[in-house]
Amino acid sequence: MPTVSSRGDAMRGLAVFISDIRNCKSKEAESKRINKELANIRSKFKGDKTLDGYSKKKYVCKLLFIFLLGHDIDFGHMEAVNLLSSNKYTEKQIGYLFISVLVSSNSDLMKLIIQNIKNDISSPKPVHVNLALHCIANIGSVEMSEAFGQEVPKLLVSAHASASVKQSAALCLLRLIRTLPEAMTYAEWASRVIHLLNDQHMWLTAATSLIHTLSQLSPGDYKGCVSLAVSRLSRIVTSTYTDLQDYTYYFVPAPWLSVKLLRLLQCYPVPEEPAVRGRLVECLETILNKCQEPPKSKKVQHSNSKNAVLFEAINLIIHIDSLGLVLIPQPFWRQVDLMLPILLTSEFIIFLCVLSEPNLLVRACNQLGQFLQHRETNLRYLALESMCLLAGSEFSADAVKKHRETVINALKTERDVSVRQRAVDLLYAMCDKTNSEEIVAEMLAYLKKADYAIREEMVLKVAILSEKYASDYTWYVDTILKLIRVAGDYVSEEVWHRVIQIVINRDDAQGYAAKTVFENLQAPACHENMVKVGGYILGEFGNLIAGDERSSPLVQFNLLHSKFHLCTPSTRALLLSTYIKFINLFPEIKPTIQNVLQNNNQLRNADVELQQRALEYSQLSSITSQDVLATVLEEMPPFPERESSILAKLKKKKPASVQVSLVGCFIPSTESTEHANRPTYSTIACSFLLRFKLIHFKNLLIFADTIPTGSKGMRGLEFFLFMFKNSGVLFENALIQVGVKCEFKEQYGRVGLFFGNKTGNQLQNFAAAVSLAQTNPHNPQINVATQKEPPSQIDGGAQVQHFINLECISMFSGSPNLQLRYQHSSAPQQVTLKLPVIINKFMEGVDMNSGDFFSRWKQLGQPTQETQKIFQARHPIDTEAARTKLTGFGMCALTNVDPNPENLVGSGIIKTKTSQIGCLLRLEPNKQAKMYRLTVRSSVGEAAALICSMLE
Amino acid sequence: MMKFMLLFSRQGKVRLQKWFNAIGDKERKKIIRELVSMVLSRRPKMCNFLDWKDYKVVYKRYASLFFCCAIEESDNELLALECIHRFVEILDKYFGSVCELDIIFNFEKAYFILDEFLLAGEIQESSKNKVLRAVENSDSLQEENQEAEATRSILEEFGLS
Repeated sequence: MPTVSSRGDAMRGLAVFISDIRNCKSKEAESKRINKELANIRSKFKGDKTLDGYSKKKYVCKLLFIFLLGHDIDFGHMEAVNLLSSNKYTEKQIGYLFISVLVSSNSDLMKLIIQNIKNDISSPKPVHVNLALHCIANIGSVEMSEAFGQEVPKLLVSAHASASVKQSAALCLLRLIRTLPEAMTYAEWASRVIHLLNDQHMWLTAATSLIHTLSQLSPGDYKGCVSLAVSRLSRIVTSTYTDLQDYTYYFVPAPWLSVKLLRLLQCYPVPEEPAVRGRLVECLETILNKCQEPPKSKKVQHSNSKNAVLFEAINLIIHIDSLGLVLIPQPFWRQVDLMLPILLTSEFIIFLCVLSEPNLLVRACNQLGQFLQHRETNLRYLALESMCLLAGSEFSADAVKKHRETVINALKTERDVSVRQRAVDLLYAMCDKTNSEEIVAEMLAYLKKADYAIREEMVLKVAILSEKYASDYTWYVDTILKLIRVAGDYVSEEVWHRVIQIVINRDDAQGYAAKTVFENLQAPACHENMVKVGGYILGEFGNLIAGDERSSPLVQFNLLHSKFHLCTPSTRALLLSTYIKFINLFPEIKPTIQNVLQNNNQLRNADVELQQRALEYSQLSSITSQDVLATVLEEMPPFPERESSILAKLKKKKPASVQVSLVGCFIPSTESTEHANRPTYSTIACSFLLRFKLIHFKNLLIFADTIPTGSKGMRGLEFFLFMFKNSGVLFENALIQVGVKCEFKEQYGRVGLFFGNKTGNQLQNFAAAVSLAQTNPHNPQINVATQKEPPSQIDGGAQVQHFINLECISMFSGSPNLQLRYQHSSAPQQVTLKLPVIINKFMEGVDMNSGDFFSRWKQLGQPTQETQKIFQARHPIDTEAARTKLTGFGMCALTNVDPNPENLVGSGIIKTKTSQIGCLLRLEPNKQAKMYRLTVRSSVGEAAALICSMLE
Repeated sequence: MMKFMLLFSRQGKVRLQKWFNAIGDKERKKIIRELVSMVLSRRPKMCNFLDWKDYKVVYKRYASLFFCCAIEESDNELLALECIHRFVEILDKYFGSVCELDIIFNFEKAYFILDEFLLAGEIQESSKNKVLRAVENSDSLQEENQEAEATRSILEEFGLS
């Protein structure tokens, strides 16, 4: 039997019960004993006899004990509430304890409880008031805030309340403010609360906590606390340890209050008043100086509390520095002080600061440097942590970098993973161009044995550093590939996407990248992420290394395909795309690849994506000519420069550590941002496929000889296709996909738009507006009407429809613009798209015989009515294909009209509200010269010119 | 601000838990489970601080008991460590060389002491003597009624009341 404290009243029954529980040999025995007790208490509470206060208290206490053992308690609340109105302190106390621990804020009993608290809070006995205040603070619910939000502040500034009541009231109010900040009026009692800082010492810690929170919520009202806080701090740091008696903790005067005051000061800018500012600098210097003094005690409590104050002082120094001000060290500020009336201009102060040496920041850094090798693990941990912050300041960054070796050593030798994690953070923060190779190499070496918990984060950090400080891209490529080798499982999509993105954008990296991935793939076991990177890069740039017979096309293909069966479907899908790219790059291995594509393993694969890719790719490779293939499968155009997605990911993981050091982390680039609307990289695999889905094979064959080649990029190409088709994906990025489906009849058109939200979050303030470029507002060429406005929000993953009706009034060129605006995670986005409404959509074909055609042809013989162009055919001349293209364009292709069967003639009428414009077309190929002559005649000369230029 | 404080034994049995913000019961149990196993798995001489989820965890072992608290990102770790130590000192003075059993058998007293020391997750009174005086003051109020109750309680335990 343990010694039960002799003080207070011991509840024997409770002690016996606790002993019983402790004597239980098994979990079952314990449950049995508890159930027996619960049944006993239940019957007592339900019994006819009214229980006296003592019994109630004892049973409530037993229930509490059972609850704390981890069992659920569903009765006894009423009895506990009854105890609150007992006039015996001890019963009241237990009642309040039970309620604080066990009553949830939405309890039915809350009204009763609040009533009891109201009685106690206005009691003349301070102990009762304190119990009530503790209970309010412990529950801290919204109801409590509403019920006592006005009451508690009164106690705080009351002339009669005792110090102990006041300190409870201060923290109680603090809790209520945290729960319901809007319910409080701050300004009203601001000045009285601020002046609590002048009050006697004993309850200041609590008051300062309150003022700190109030200052964060309403800084303006509490600005006055700064000078009071500085003078209070100054009194503490200059006092000897005997001055403050009870509040001196292991020879350190009032560490809790000091830290609170230092934190309070971090809510505000540096005081403007020179005297206050000078005093603050003096305080900070004193704190720094004290750390150099020999310790007054060998106890760890002494050094801990002294250093707690020091670290908080360093935080304040960093805070002041982050405001762009450097504190002038003591010898200087005295002089400044004297001259201030005349010379207090910001230039002057800054001028002095440049002269000043060493400033507080550097001193702080040196102090932390000492801690880096301290025998206390705690101090090493904290020094690494604080140095991370100092590394972000331009004044201390260099001082931090001096400790590089120590930090690297910490990474290698620290036994504690938490400390190693801090070392990684600091290395990351101090990395620059001069030390990046060493730091990245050390991090890579450590990654091999790093704890699983921090590997992913480390991978992100290595990836970011190697990109940010890459002086040449071979080093960058090597680093990322090594990263995949060492920690493939922790390499997230963002990382391997990024390396591909960079290789594609950098011509100088491509050949090396192809060579290196090829070498890496030759390892007997290589990570799936390596296969992905390898597949993609060889698909794009395999030709750059194909000259060497050790990496000939077939060798490359066989190497990749040997991994195929070991990979997950998503990687296999990527490899299939690589294969079709190979067919284009290396026509000589086409049969081998076609065999693979047409293998039943692919064609009948259970995975729909693989099946579709295999089918479409094998069709594409067998139906199309080499030229078509070359166009469709041309190298991916460069990606727009944007913030690295890796960085975004790291920010998500660790918001604080990134902000410090990533200013200006973009790769150097020669690219402009003209492709800003292109799909982002993360959707690359699917958009790659999308290119094929978009194109109906028939159309593909037709327009292929007029496809714009080279630099126009995907968007130009995609839009071009809409000349021949009426539906497809108009636009896609990481956030949104816009699909379109149009119908046209005579001069009327109906455009259905489908907006798909690809994110998980709601897109807000969505708006879609149609405008026709270069149009005269009084005389529009197209009338636009919407049936109803598009919804203003699109839920995550949802698709909404929006219909637009159009009427073509007169001839127009170009296309109307669709302007989309929306907000994603409160960042406004804007996209301008071209609607696929082109003049040829309003054209209908007219069938006519040879006689009619030529008689009309001659009628339109004036020079203004004809436009003729002669141009090079970019692809082999194929009359059949051209004929189909013409039909897709909207004209009727006429047969047996032209005496030369190679020539192609067509006719159509553009229908607008105001006029109907007849158009006739004649296309004469010259196979020997590979030239076309295109002649268009129309009743309106502009139309002829327009159609001619569109078809060219 | 301190978010919560836990006292648990080397066997992982929770002896005291104090939550300073509103967290659901289920979530509390989950936090206790994860945190206890994490702290217990750490070796001596490792540092007393841990980054855990959105909290900084500060813990220290005293004999068979672990004292563990969670503070906010911007809080001062060393001072939290000394909060724990001051709490232990107060318990020690009150119980006279405190041991785990004192806290088990007098758990309600441990709660009362903690309420005088910390409130709303902030230090209420950092002076050891003042906290002890406040607790003793309320104890003296109990003693007034003690004698009559003590006799009654013995009778009751034997079913004689």
